Amino acid sequence: MKKWLACILVAGLICLGLLACEKKENSIQQEDQGEQLITVGFSQLGAESDWRSANTKSMKEAFSKENGYNLIFEDGQQKQSNQIMAIRTFIQQEVDYIVLAPVTETGWDTVLQEAKEAGIPVILVDRMVDTDNEDLFTCFVGSDFELEGKKATAWLKAYLEKKGIAPEEVNVVNIQGNLGATAQIGRSEGIRYAAAEYGWNLLDQKPGDFTQAKGKEVMEYFLKRYPELNVVYCENDNESFGAIEAIEEAGKKVGTDIQNGDIMVLSFDGVNGEALQYVIDQKIACIGECNPLHGPRVSDIIQSLECGIKPPKLSFVSEEIYVHDQTVKSVSVDGKEYSVTTMTEEVANKKAEQFGN
Amino acid sequence: MGKSKQANDMPKKNLLSRLSGMSDTNLLLTITIVVFFVMYIGAIVFQGKGFLKPQAFFNILNANAALIIASCGMSLVMITGGIDISVGGVAALVSMCCAVYLDYHDGNVLGAVLIALAIGLAFGIVQGYLVAYLGIQPFIVTLAGMFFARGMTTIVNTNPFNVANPAFVALKETRVVVPGMGSYNKAGNYVNAYVEIGVVVAIIVVIAMFCILRWTKQGRYFYAVGGNAQSALMLGINVKMTRFLSHLGCGLLAGVGGFAYFLHVGSGSASHASGMEMNAIASSIIGGTMLTGGVGNIIGTFFGVLSLSTIQNIVSSAGLDQAWWTGITIAAMLCLFLVVQSIIMARKDKSKK
Repeated sequence: MKKWLACILVAGLICLGLLACEKKENSIQQEDQGEQLITVGFSQLGAESDWRSANTKSMKEAFSKENGYNLIFEDGQQKQSNQIMAIRTFIQQEVDYIVLAPVTETGWDTVLQEAKEAGIPVILVDRMVDTDNEDLFTCFVGSDFELEGKKATAWLKAYLEKKGIAPEEVNVVNIQGNLGATAQIGRSEGIRYAAAEYGWNLLDQKPGDFTQAKGKEVMEYFLKRYPELNVVYCENDNESFGAIEAIEEAGKKVGTDIQNGDIMVLSFDGVNGEALQYVIDQKIACIGECNPLHGPRVSDIIQSLECGIKPPKLSFVSEEIYVHDQTVKSVSVDGKEYSVTTMTEEVANKKAEQFGN
Repeated sequence: MGKSKQANDMPKKNLLSRLSGMSDTNLLLTITIVVFFVMYIGAIVFQGKGFLKPQAFFNILNANAALIIASCGMSLVMITGGIDISVGGVAALVSMCCAVYLDYHDGNVLGAVLIALAIGLAFGIVQGYLVAYLGIQPFIVTLAGMFFARGMTTIVNTNPFNVANPAFVALKETRVVVPGMGSYNKAGNYVNAYVEIGVVVAIIVVIAMFCILRWTKQGRYFYAVGGNAQSALMLGINVKMTRFLSHLGCGLLAGVGGFAYFLHVGSGSASHASGMEMNAIASSIIGGTMLTGGVGNIIGTFFGVLSLSTIQNIVSSAGLDQAWWTGITIAAMLCLFLVVQSIIMARKDKSKK
C-alpha cells in the first residue's frame, strides 16, 4: 500500500511538471511560424496606476503579431530585482530589442552593460536611468516631467494673476509620487521651482506613492497639520482622487475659489475618464497630461533602427494641459508658448476612446 | 518503520521499495529534486533557447542567492517547529544600514559585513529570547519584528539610493567565472559563465547548514524538538535553548542574506526584499520542510528556491505575461506539496498503529 502511494505521488508530480511545460508548446510553434518577427522584450515596472495600464496596453497593441513583432512582456511588480532578472532572461533568449520602463533611476549599469555586450539595443520608456555612461542605452522615449510640472504651475500663476490673488496667499502642499521615480523627481522640481519663483508658500511635501489610498492618507495628515492650505499639488490622478476624498470627508470644499475657503487641486496624467470628469466638475482645476501612448513611438524607433538610422537620444511625447475654464488661454514656460485645453464632455469622450477606458 | 523487514522480504530492491523505505525527510527531498529536474528539462525541451545556456541557470542562482540563505534560516526554525516572518524586513534593514554606512559615513566593506551580522544577530537574540524563554508565539514575535525592521529602515533613510563606494562596487561587480560553461551571445562574443559573490556565500551556507543539521548533536536536537517537544524534554534535551538557537541561527542568516541581497542590487531602499519571508517559507515547504516541524532538509530547501524561481521563469517566458499567472502557479505548487506532506503524515500515523 505504502509503496503504491509513493509511486502514484511521484508519477503524479512528474505528470504535473510535464503538463506545465506542455502548455508552452503553442507559443513556441507560433514563434517558428514567423521567423521574420522582431522579438521585443519589454520589462514593465508594474501595474500601479491607470496611467501604467494604459501604457502597457499601448505597448501590447503596437507590438502585436500583426505588426510583425513577437512581444515578451514581463511585469516587474515594482521590484528592481525582478526587472534585472527579466533583462537577463531577455539576453539569454536573444531578443532583438529590449524595452525597459525602470522602476527606479539608479542601479542599472551592470545589467545594461551585459545587454550592450550582447549587442541588444535597449530603449528606455517613461522613466530615465541614472548612469554616467549614456552609451548604455540607445534612446529614451517618455514625458518631460519637469516641463509638465512647470506648465501646470505656470497655468496656476496666470490663473491667480487674472483672479487677482496675491502669491503670498497661496499655501501649497505637494503629494509626491514614489520617491526616486522620474515622474516624482521632475514634478517635484516643477513645484519647487514655481514656489521659489512666484513666491508661493510650499508648506510641505510627502510621498503618496501614486496610489489613491496613500494619497488620501497623506491629505488627511496635511489637513490636520496645515489648516491654512488652499492648493494641493498631486503628482498623479490616483493621488488626487484620494486627496479629494479626504478634503470632502473633512467637510471642506474642493474647487477653484480659493479666496472663499475652497481647496484647489492640481493633478497629472489625465488618462482616466473619471479624472477628466472631475475637471469638468471643477473638482480638479488643472491636469498636466502625461501621454501614455508610447507604443507607436517606440515601434517607430525600432523600425528606424532596423533601417540603420540612429534615432535621437531623447524623444519626448507631446502633451497637453487640461483645465476647468477659459480664464487662461495659454501659458509660457522657458520662453515657449503652450496652449491650454478646456475640458468639455466632447474632449473627454475623445480621450476616453483613445485610451480605451 | 519496518525498514529491515522490508529489506528481508525483497532482496532485490527496486525503486519502489526504496522509495517507501525512505524516511519522511528523504522521501520529500527526493520528490523535490525530481520535480526540479523534470521542470528544468521540460523547460529546455519545450522552450529551448534561453534555458539551454548554462548562464540561464546561473542567473537563477545570482538572482536568488539572498533567498537561498534566508530560506536556510527559515528551514531551521521550521524544523524546530517555529516560524520567522521577519527575514524580509531584516534584509531590507541590513541593506539600508549598510548603504548609509558605506556612502554617508565613508565606511569600509568589512564594517558593512559586521553591521549586517550584528543586525541579524540582534534580531535573532531578541526574537529567540521572547519565543523560547517567554513562550510567546513565534508568529506574533516575528510579526512584530517584521514591522519593527521595516519601520526602522525608513527611519534610517527614507529615500532609496545607490551605493557609490568604490570598494563595494568592485565587490558587487566581482564575477566568479565558472570554467567551461561559457557560451556565445547574440553579438557572437564568447561570454564566460559567472556567478556573483553572493552565490558562493549561499553555497557555503547551504553546505554548512546541511552538515550541522545532519551530523552534529545540536543539529539532531532541532529535529527532536520540532518533532515532539515533550519527548525531547524527557530525553534531556534543552528545549528552550534549542528553540533559542534556531531563532538565533535564522536571524543571523537573515543578516547574511540581507547582505547578499544588498550585494546583488547595490542600493538601499525601504521596499527591498518585500515578500522575501513568504518566498522563503514557500521554498522551504516545496523543499520538503513541514510546517509542523521535525521534518526537513537543507538540500531540499536549496532546490525549493530553484524550483520556485524556475517556475517563475517558465511562466513568464511562456508568454503568460500577467503577474498573477506566476502567483497562481506557485500557489498550485505549494498546494500540491502540502497535500503530499499531509498524505505522508497520514501514512506515518497509520504505520505507527
